[in-house]
Amino acid sequence: MTAVDEVKIGGMGASRRRVEDNRFIRGKGNYVDDIVLPGMLHMEILRSPLAHARIRSIDTSKAWAMPGVRLVLTGETMAARNLAWMPTLSYDTQAVLATDKVRFQGQEVACVIADDPYIAKDACEAIVVDYEPLPVIVNPTQSMAEGAPLIRDDKENQSDNVIYDWEVGDKAGTDRAFAEADLVSKIELHYPRSHPSPIECCGSIADFNRATSKLTVYLTTQAPHIIRAAVALVAELPEQMIRIISPDIGGGFGNKVPVYPGYVASILASILLERPVKWIEDRTGNLISTGFARDVYLQGELALRRDGRILGVRMNTTADHGAFFSDAQPSKFKIGLMHSAFSCYDIPNAHLVARGVYTNKAPGGVAYRCSFRVTEAMFFQERMVHAAADDLGMDQAEFRRVNFVRDDDFPHRTSWGFLTDSGQYGKCLDVGLEAVGYQDFLKEKEEAAKRGRLLGIGISTMTEPLGAGNSREYDILGIKMFDSAELKIHMTGKALLRTGAKSQGQGHETTWAQIVAHELGIPAEDVLVEEGDTDTAPFGMGTYASRSTPVAGAAVAMVSRKIRAKARKIAAHLLEISEEDIEWELGRFYVRSQPDRGVTIQECAVAAYSNMPDGMEPGLENVAYYDPPNLTWPFACYIVTVEVDPQTGVWDVLRMVAVDDCGVRINPMIVEGQIMGGLTEAYAMANMQFITFDDEGNCIGSNFTDYLLPTAWETPGFELHEVVTPCPHHPIGAKGIGECAAVGGPAAFVNAVMDAVKGSGVRNIDMPVLPDRVYEALQTGQDVSGAPPVRMA
Amino acid sequence: MTSLFQEITPGAAQEIPVREITVMVNGERRSAVVEPRLALAHLLRQGFKLTGTHTGCDTSNCGACTVLVDGRPVKSCTMFAVQADGHDVMTVEGLAGPSELHALQEGFKEEHGLQCGFCTPGMMMASKALLDENPSPTEDEIRWALSGNLCRCTGYQNIVKAVMWAASKLDGGDTEPAEVDS
Amino acid sequence: MMKLRFASPEMLVDINEIPDLDYHRIDDDGSIRVGAVCRHADLERSSLLATRQPTMAAAAPLVADPIVRMRGTLVGSVCHADPQGDWASVMTALDASIVAQGPNGRRSIAVRDFVRGPFQNALAFDEVAVEAVVPAPKGEPAGGYLKLERRVGDYATVGVAVAIDRVGSQVSRAGIALTAVGPATMAADAAAHALTGRPLTTDTIGEAAELAAQAAQPKTDHRGSADFKRQLVRVFTSRILTGLLRSEEEAA
Repeated sequence: MTAVDEVKIGGMGASRRRVEDNRFIRGKGNYVDDIVLPGMLHMEILRSPLAHARIRSIDTSKAWAMPGVRLVLTGETMAARNLAWMPTLSYDTQAVLATDKVRFQGQEVACVIADDPYIAKDACEAIVVDYEPLPVIVNPTQSMAEGAPLIRDDKENQSDNVIYDWEVGDKAGTDRAFAEADLVSKIELHYPRSHPSPIECCGSIADFNRATSKLTVYLTTQAPHIIRAAVALVAELPEQMIRIISPDIGGGFGNKVPVYPGYVASILASILLERPVKWIEDRTGNLISTGFARDVYLQGELALRRDGRILGVRMNTTADHGAFFSDAQPSKFKIGLMHSAFSCYDIPNAHLVARGVYTNKAPGGVAYRCSFRVTEAMFFQERMVHAAADDLGMDQAEFRRVNFVRDDDFPHRTSWGFLTDSGQYGKCLDVGLEAVGYQDFLKEKEEAAKRGRLLGIGISTMTEPLGAGNSREYDILGIKMFDSAELKIHMTGKALLRTGAKSQGQGHETTWAQIVAHELGIPAEDVLVEEGDTDTAPFGMGTYASRSTPVAGAAVAMVSRKIRAKARKIAAHLLEISEEDIEWELGRFYVRSQPDRGVTIQECAVAAYSNMPDGMEPGLENVAYYDPPNLTWPFACYIVTVEVDPQTGVWDVLRMVAVDDCGVRINPMIVEGQIMGGLTEAYAMANMQFITFDDEGNCIGSNFTDYLLPTAWETPGFELHEVVTPCPHHPIGAKGIGECAAVGGPAAFVNAVMDAVKGSGVRNIDMPVLPDRVYEALQTGQDVSGAPPVRMA
Repeated sequence: MTSLFQEITPGAAQEIPVREITVMVNGERRSAVVEPRLALAHLLRQGFKLTGTHTGCDTSNCGACTVLVDGRPVKSCTMFAVQADGHDVMTVEGLAGPSELHALQEGFKEEHGLQCGFCTPGMMMASKALLDENPSPTEDEIRWALSGNLCRCTGYQNIVKAVMWAASKLDGGDTEPAEVDS
Repeated sequence: MMKLRFASPEMLVDINEIPDLDYHRIDDDGSIRVGAVCRHADLERSSLLATRQPTMAAAAPLVADPIVRMRGTLVGSVCHADPQGDWASVMTALDASIVAQGPNGRRSIAVRDFVRGPFQNALAFDEVAVEAVVPAPKGEPAGGYLKLERRVGDYATVGVAVAIDRVGSQVSRAGIALTAVGPATMAADAAAHALTGRPLTTDTIGEAAELAAQAAQPKTDHRGSADFKRQLVRVFTSRILTGLLRSEEEAA
């Protein structure tokens, strides 16, 4: 007997093919819209065409009269049940269905529940709403202007449109650093509004059973337990009578974390009608009303010494939150983890001032493939760094290198208070520079310039905090940010694992089993993974912020170890020897002095049900709740080369090199898949995803003909490289990875274009770096702002 | 009608004009009575319970609903069910044979060509149309042929590899065995 | 349009099942005829267009996306009269016509008259567009179609169709038409006129490109400023013609 071969059993490091694929490739996935319940009705939402208007009246009589219509809900119906407003995840309130005013275009005004979705849509069109238009605000400047119309007149004590003012860091020390600086590099940036847009829109099926008082809701949610708690609070139902089932999810990217009015309305409709009610959002509804991301302005300054050292950083951010402050973020910090910016650099002084404002735009502020404003933080950081290196006349790679936290400086406390714990920043940069052929490219670029061609290279290096939380600093509505895993070893040695996370494509069914295989030696194929049903899964905080592996994945390792500890006692009993004389190798306990004498984990499992030692509780099951001691800190270096067409402003990606250090990789195939997905979204944000507003608050980008997602044709090829620095506190040394590329990637693209057009004197073009903006910048030599309202003539 | 019983909503039945259609779906003759405005995608999903065909946008952009009509790839949200009357429709459910998966299905799994799985049926149907016409496409030809289908998860690189894997297998060529399959 | 409920027609007539409308062919006199249900994809794969009608061959792969091209048709696109539609420009540049059939028989309408405005065409309510006819070239046909789309399937920010016929090195006929830079497809007649009866030279190309830019009536919107769009017209016109000049020089 020897230990099992970990790769053969699909353990750590195996690029195990995905279990979930077996149903997806057959068209047998089970997404919300695939579920049909007996007697099910269909709901559609009537949305406001205006961005800011008082509702004078709503006439639903024609809708009620249409054959097949079962129920029409308005704000009035909701208010009668105290459901017109609901709490947001950021301690604000949000209208479920508008009662007094509409505050953004696309806001939910009424719902129709009918026999089929076509009839429901017909009936929505038959509802007549009389609006009195009000002045519209689409950016923070308008929002903060003297005499600006008050958007949230529903709130007591709200006399202007400012939501919060918040600051962090050492102002006095930072001021001193700037006074001593040889050079101050300044830049103003806008990280534009963006939308996660998973290909599956949001949806729900609420099924209230009057006879049992049980409410079952099938929901496109990344965090089913949080939703259960929220429904218990909002609908005032007993929590044990609420069952949230998150079936297969067609992509989330943060879009499916918040509670949306459609969910609440479908629940109320089901309660009133005592029939299942399905709501499936259309794409326009998804784009104009659900969880947008970003929309933050920055005034950034770096205090520089002539030799390239950064002495201090100032960031002044203004976030446009739309009509309701509904950021889905669990930190105690108003602007999320914005102050995780510059964590990979050793900067002695830092000060951040943040303001949030209301505007007449859809609410959201979701963490679109990132941890709570980390994307903005790293984008601002790397754009500021790029500009500063240029201002100093210093090489982009060298400037980063001299400011990196060194490998022997960990753990490192940043000026804003984060504790980074591991990394090899210089090595990652070297791998990237080597891969892209940095020096050769610089020469090529110079040669090309002589022939009027504009080549550019952009670097983005960053470490980001992933895996919220630890519970000291992170909670949602007071619920601490831990996660959970429950493992049941059956008597045949097969296993059932459930976690509080919820895969939306990340492949948990595959990787969780690999962790069990790694910890217990049970082949991954013998481990069934289930998630997403609050009646069966242990309480967890869900999947977003790249927290699955750092938190739930750690819980899987920890529960496996609990199982192993009990199995060790059983092994001692079976081997008739003291526990202290037993050794563990993968899949097997053996007698230290007689390695041939041993029992497998499977034999222990049989014994747990049939031959346990006296006094031992039968069975081999356990649950672990894991509260991480810190965030995990992956590092990444992304390098992009581009060519800009000076006559049209069009830019093409020549190469995209990615070096990721996410610690130990459980399933390298899946990790690489996550990186490539993130890089694609980074490219999309930098190049084409454009959701803006005209001066009347009309959303420009309300469907996929205007809000562009890249296809296989435009998306560049990716060259992936890795460096491995294990996480010192994670049980298996893993760090988060799902979002790194989407977080660090955009700046690499923009920096590359800025490098290409550097000769024109332009220092910034806001994303998306559209051809017309590049052309304008080249013509005028001026920076191009992307703040709404968009110019329309 | 395929069902034994269909409830008639009072007042509604007379007013709505309906058409009876017959469609060959995955080799099986299916008939239905439909409103003329019903999209083919909805006939397949709600009518015939073939929920592998997904819908992801309202503007014929995402391609999640791609099926083959008479062998050609079509966005089934852009076609009325009545337009499929008398035609041959193939959905993702028709890809696999009775005992084995289609090479594309294997290829998508082998090369990690899917994550959330939502775009996958449409991707595979568009890929099938490509391989039927061009059994050994280049990377550029694959990217071009799939440029009417959006994927939000993979970044497409592995989808391209998946199609190449399938092309190679269909050609009788060697495919790399999975490192670990389970 | 119908899915977004911008249009809810009470009656739709499906012409897909009408037999023998899916053709595209060249007649003995050299004119090209495209039937009403001939798909974009058929034109994209057409060896006929590849050898005989370079402007159409250049445009076909740039219409919508590959799956949409399987259903959409050239004639349908022209009838739709979207200022951002590609085929109306190509047909205008080629002096093509639409053949309409109604109770009173057939009539032929030049595409430049057929497209009346945004989403408006010249068909009577009881007429059906049955084919598009591209007249025989007055020499050796050459041309191209360029458009700025930010990704496959994007509406054109700007598109330029250039179609010229040459006898020797003389341009015997020229047509230039513009996509997405006006309330309807724009014919850049002055630009085309600047080429006619002369050989292609750097000067004539420059002149034509400038006149084409002047013919554009773009609006500033989220796809770009009016100036930018005019610049694209200039650049695309110049690039297509310069490409033709180069291939002429290489052939010589």
